[in-house]
Formats: sequence, C-alpha cells, structure tokens
Amino acid sequence: MEHATEKRKRRIPLFLQAVLITLGSYLVYQYGIRPPIPASILFMFMVVTVAAVLLYVSLDDDSLEEFLRPVLTVIRDDRWKIVRWAFMIAIPLIAGWVVYDKTVPKIEPPVTVRSVHPAPPGSINVRGKTYDLRTLENPLRKDTANFTKHVKAGADVYIKNCYYCHGDFLDGKGPYADFINPPPANFQDIGTIAMLQESFLFWRIMKGGPGLPTEGTPWDSSMPAWEPILSEQEVWQVILFMYEFTGHKPRRWE
Amino acid sequence: MHSSADVDKHPSVSKGILKGVIKVSVILLLIYAIVELFIGRLPQADYRAFPLTGSRIAIWIVAQVHLLFGAFVLAVPLFALICEIIALKTKDERYNQLAYEFVKLLHMAFTTTAIFGALLLIALIGLYPKFFDHMTKIFKPTYYVYVFLLFGEVIAFYVYYYSWHKLVGRPLHIVYGALLNFFGISIMVAANAWAAYMQTPGGVDESGNLVSLWGAINTYTWMPINIHRTIANISYGGSIAGAYAAFRFLAAESDEERARYDWMGYVGSFIAIAALLPLPFAGYFLTMEMYAFSQQMGITLMGGVFSWLFIIQAVLIGVLFLAANYYLWLGMMRIKGSERYSKYNKWLLVVVTICVIVWMTPHSIVASLEEARKMGGTHHPILGVLGVMSAKNTAVNIMILATFLSFILYKRANKIATVSWAKTGALVQGLVLAIAVGINIFYGIYGYFVEAIVRLGFSNYMVYAVLGAMLIVIAIDIPMFKGARTTGPIAWGKMPGRSQYALFLLAITFTWTMGLMGYARSGIREYWHVYGILRDKAPDAFTPTLGYAANIVSVTTLLFLGLVALIVALGIRAEKSGKAH
Repeated sequence: MEHATEKRKRRIPLFLQAVLITLGSYLVYQYGIRPPIPASILFMFMVVTVAAVLLYVSLDDDSLEEFLRPVLTVIRDDRWKIVRWAFMIAIPLIAGWVVYDKTVPKIEPPVTVRSVHPAPPGSINVRGKTYDLRTLENPLRKDTANFTKHVKAGADVYIKNCYYCHGDFLDGKGPYADFINPPPANFQDIGTIAMLQESFLFWRIMKGGPGLPTEGTPWDSSMPAWEPILSEQEVWQVILFMYEFTGHKPRRWE
Repeated sequence: MHSSADVDKHPSVSKGILKGVIKVSVILLLIYAIVELFIGRLPQADYRAFPLTGSRIAIWIVAQVHLLFGAFVLAVPLFALICEIIALKTKDERYNQLAYEFVKLLHMAFTTTAIFGALLLIALIGLYPKFFDHMTKIFKPTYYVYVFLLFGEVIAFYVYYYSWHKLVGRPLHIVYGALLNFFGISIMVAANAWAAYMQTPGGVDESGNLVSLWGAINTYTWMPINIHRTIANISYGGSIAGAYAAFRFLAAESDEERARYDWMGYVGSFIAIAALLPLPFAGYFLTMEMYAFSQQMGITLMGGVFSWLFIIQAVLIGVLFLAANYYLWLGMMRIKGSERYSKYNKWLLVVVTICVIVWMTPHSIVASLEEARKMGGTHHPILGVLGVMSAKNTAVNIMILATFLSFILYKRANKIATVSWAKTGALVQGLVLAIAVGINIFYGIYGYFVEAIVRLGFSNYMVYAVLGAMLIVIAIDIPMFKGARTTGPIAWGKMPGRSQYALFLLAITFTWTMGLMGYARSGIREYWHVYGILRDKAPDAFTPTLGYAANIVSVTTLLFLGLVALIVALGIRAEKSGKAH
C-alpha cells in the first residue's frame, strides 16, 4: 500500500494529467490533421475525449479524490482566494462570450448538411426513353469483344467533356475545379464511384445537378445535365472508362 | 388499477384470468364503440386533421410510446424467464426475487400498453382512414389472430403471475413463463408484419391488390425486424431493470437493501450488455434486406438524408459502450483482489475511446463553406477514410471485444485458477483475442482495396472472428476457473454512487435510440404509407428536419420514462404499504 502511495507521488498529478491529455488531444485534432477538420467534428472528438478523461480520473475512489483535491482546495482554501475569484469571473465571461459568438449574425453562409449520395429516383426519362434505375445495367459490359474499344471511346468522351472539372487523373482537380463550389467529385476516392452502381452514375451524368432530389440540394451543384449532349452509348462508355482508369469496381448487390 | 392488496392476497389463477379477459374485452369494446359511435359518423375523408399537433405528430407520439411500452412488457417476461431459469440452474433464490420485482410491475405496464394501443388504433382509423382501409384490405385475417394472441397473452400473464408464489422455481412455472413469452413474441411478430409490409411491401400487385397474404406478411424486412426487435428487447429489459435497481440503490436506507439492488443492477446491466453485443449484426441483416428490396431506400437511409440519424446513433452507441464498460470497471471496486486486473482498465478505456471516435466519424461531414474549401470538398481525405464501412466494422468489433475483455476480467477479479494449465489457458485466451483483433484490422485495411461486394463479404469474416474468439475464451474460462481459489466474496453494495448513473444512462440511451431508429425505419418511407404502393397525400407527408425529429423523439422518451417512473413509484408504494400491513 505504502509502495503504491509512493509510486503515485512520483508521477504527474492526476489533475494535471487530465488537463494535459485534454489539451494535447485538442492540439492533435486541431493542428495535427491536415487539411484541418471542421468545427463540427472537432466538437464531437473533444466531447468524447473530455468524457473519456472524466471516466479515467474516476476509475476508482482514490483517483477521483486525487483529481478533485486541487479543485476543492481552490474552492475551500482561502490561500487560493485570488485563483478562486479569477475562476468565478472567468467562467461566466467565457460562457457569455460563447453565447455571444454563437448568436451574433455572421456573413458566412450557414453550415449545410449536404447529402453526398442522395438516393436516385426509381426511374428516369431520357429523351423519351424510360430507364428503370433499379434494374438498369451497363449494356456494354456484355460486349466483351469490344470492351477495350468502348473504354477508349469513353476516355475520349471524358477528355472532351469531363476533364475540365474532374481532372486528368479523375481526382476532381481539373483546371476549373478551383472555381466550383462544392468542388467536383474525386473518382479516385473510395467514397465515390466505388460505392455506387453504374445505374447511379448513369442517372447523375444524364440528369446532372438539376436532376438531384431536394435532399441532394440541386441548387448546390455545378454538374451539368449531359442528356442533350451525350448519347446513351457515350455515357455508358465514359462510365466504363471511369471504373477502368481508377481501378474501382462498380457496386453490385448480389 | 392494481392495488397492494392484490399483490399480497394473490387471488386464484382462475379469478385472475377472468379479470384479464374482462379487461381486454372492455378495451376492445370501447375501441369498437368509439369507432362506431363517433368516427363512423364523421363525413367520409381520406385524412382528418388532429388539433394542435397535427395528425402525424399525434400518431407518431402515440405509436412510439405504445411501442416502448410494448417493448417493456415483452422485455420483462423475457428477462423474468431468463432469471427464473438461472435460479433453477444455480439454486440462487435471488434471481427469482429479481424476476418478481419486475413481474409485479407488468400488471400496470400491460394496461398502459393496451391503452396506448387502443389510442393508436382509434387515431389510425380516425385520422388516416384511407390508409387503415388499405391495411384492413390486406391484413384483415391477421387482425383476428392478433386479438386471439392478445387474449392468449393476458391469460398466460395471469396464470404466470398469480401462480408465482405457489409454483416459482418449478419447471411448470417456467413452462408458463415460456407460454407468456410465446404469446408476447407472437404479438410483436404479428405487428411487425404490418410495419414491415408498409416499408417493404410484398404479396400485392402494383395497384395494391392482395395477391398473397403470406407474401404480404413474409416481406423482405419481416424476419430481420423480428430478430432485431427480439434481441433488442432482451437488452432493453435488462437496461430498464438496471435503471430501476440504480434508483432503488441510490434511495436505499440499509446496507442490506443497497447490496440487493447493487446485485440487481449488475444482473440487469449484464443481460443488457450481453444482448447488446449481437445487436449490430442483426442490424446489418435488417439494413441488408432493405438494400435488397430497394437500393434507393438503402441509399436514402445510409448515404442520403437519413444518414445523419446514424451519426447520432453512432454517438449514442459510443455512449452505451463507454457507460457499460465504466460500470464494469467501477464494479471491480466491490471485489477484493481485483487490483490484479483493475490496472488494465485505463488501457481498455483508451482502446474503447479510440474505437468510439472512429465509429462516430461521419462520412458526409457538416462543414461551413470555408471549412469545405479547406478540406477540398465535402469529403475530408483523412476523416473520409474513417467514415466508411471498413473502419466502422473494425472499430465496433474491437469495441465489442474490449467490452468482452472487461467483463472477463471482472468475472475473474476475485478468482485464482488452480488448474495446472492455468497459465497456458490464459495465454491461449490472450492469443485468441489478439488474433481476432488482428483479423479485424487486417480485413479493415484490406477492405479499402477491394470492391464493395467483396468488402461486404469481409465483414462476415470479421464478425466470425469476434464471435469465435468470444466462444473460445468462454470455453476455456469455464473449466479453467472450476474450483478456483477465491480472494474473497463480492461485497455487494460497496459501489460508488456514480456507477449507478451509468445504469440510468444505459436505459435512457436505449429508449432514445429506439425512438430515433424507429423514426429512421419509419421515416424512410418518406411520402408513402406503403412504399411504392400507397402514396401519403396528407399535408404532413414531408420529411421533418433532423432537429425537429430529434425533439419529438425526446418528447416520447420523456413521456415513456415519466410513465414508467409513475408505475415504479406506485409499485414501491404498494410494496411499502404491503410491508406496513
């Protein structure tokens, strides 16, 4: 027992440990991750971290007592009067400032909850022809004899039409990308075409931003509808090319 | 109303049955009378408005509270039966007392469930007549089955309840308990068929005419919902029992009472956590079937507008895991000799915290314009990696294993194995757990380099690794600690007050999650009463904002927990006046 107390004395006091862990985590989240993470995520991470720290300091009664000791000393011991008053003034001030900061009107547009993969409609109509998106498949995949030819044709379609925004590596960094908000999709990312069926791409290309459902904020997309410009065959070809170039496989259900 | 005198006198089983049959009959007759006398005389309409809240909110709240009570009255008999079987096996009378503590609350809980069920039925007939007509057209024969089951359940309950003191601990009483559970689960299964049909209809043609009743019952999501809800109900019953015990622990006036309720809270939370562990797998099954039914529905749920609900759910599940582990860790304080293991708690905390952070990191991120520009889009290159299924599966599986390890350490805190192979056994156990973690990390990372369908296949291996590891560790643990030397008994009641708040947190989080996910499952139909078959043309047929939905869920949670608190308070009063007698 004595040995344990001895050991406890030698390490960093628990209260300081808690402060250091919290502060250290904040610094890692805020400055250790590049590009910086948004405030919403930082907030989530910090809530979990603070909760975990509080659990850590209260894992047993001795720890909790040790953790609370400096707090209680500041509250009860008159030698710490100045610090106590400093806290009593600082806490309402900080709370007030946070409230002010949250409520004061800002020029910045409000935070949006944009659905990255909104659900496609059940069927679409392109130039008078109806496509059932639930069963639609890329017909060119069956044409194995001309597969390479189709991919090459798709590459041509891509370079002539898509490259300007989506870039020559299909990574969303085309020459126009910097002027578009939200930025063009990065097809190399595992979170885009790799997660979607080819019918989804067919819909997105044909109908573009204007064809998005309300939850996909159609007013918030620069993707044109290619329906009047590209033929059905060309769209299927460019889809083949996108998967072949990135090495992703379209999503299948069975 | 149930009075203390009833509890003490224990009227005969036949009297009880009569009382139950009369009660159900009166409620059914009242519904019939209200429908015939009032609603039947209203002018024909597809929809009718409800004052103040509007029809949708009224139905939402009544349905949710009914469902929560339904879960409660289903969960308690399951919980009681499990306890009674344990009591029979272990000859530990405390389990029977624990079961009875809840069974006696059932009486009022059943009545409340029935009242909310009646309100829901009246509201559906009155406010959504066109929808109700459609459901009746399809499901009329099942309504009769439902009423039959309802009587069956009430009769089984009274037989079970009123024969308690005479028969408890005997196999016959366990048969009664099983019968009660059979009726309870059957009622849920019947109601699930209706809800599943609304979401993933089958057995009808495109204009909604019945082709096959069995097809309308056995839809894509029926079985998955049956499984998911049954497991969840066991877990829920445990958590409510835990919260009840926590309240009684904090209010206890003697050490003996504290010890009793501390033990009860432990058993409740144990059942809650044990049933919680397989729940994510049942959830996967349900979602998979939704995708199989309609990709569009699946995407709206997991990638589209409803995906934000899963971020909230992820936060809640993170809270559940942290709370459950914290309770186990604090539980070591009541065990002499636990110092050997309690030193690992902080490392388990680190593991669980990291897993929670990965688990709750969203794929689509809430960001301001400036932040999105800095990230280079709505995806964050690093967080995006944590936001997909590979990372989530790995995180939740490791979290499950860490919780399992916490429990294993807790169980052996006061035991020292005496078998000659104890060291080897422990080593093998450690190795098995390490391999399971390794498999999860390996497939988690490998999952990024394969197509989605292969990745889905990986999640099976990951699950098998976790379940396999848990089974092997338990299989080694049982013989290893047979005849183990003990370092002292568990000092029940020697538990810090703060641990009990973890139990409250479990019950509240469970209730809130049920409301939230219930909304997700139901709201995913969007502007359809019956998806793709019967359009919802009411003015309320819009998808509410997330904050609004969350507020309604909170209202139902408060309403439900308030009513449960009332039932518990009346139960305690009856118990006290019974003692005074």
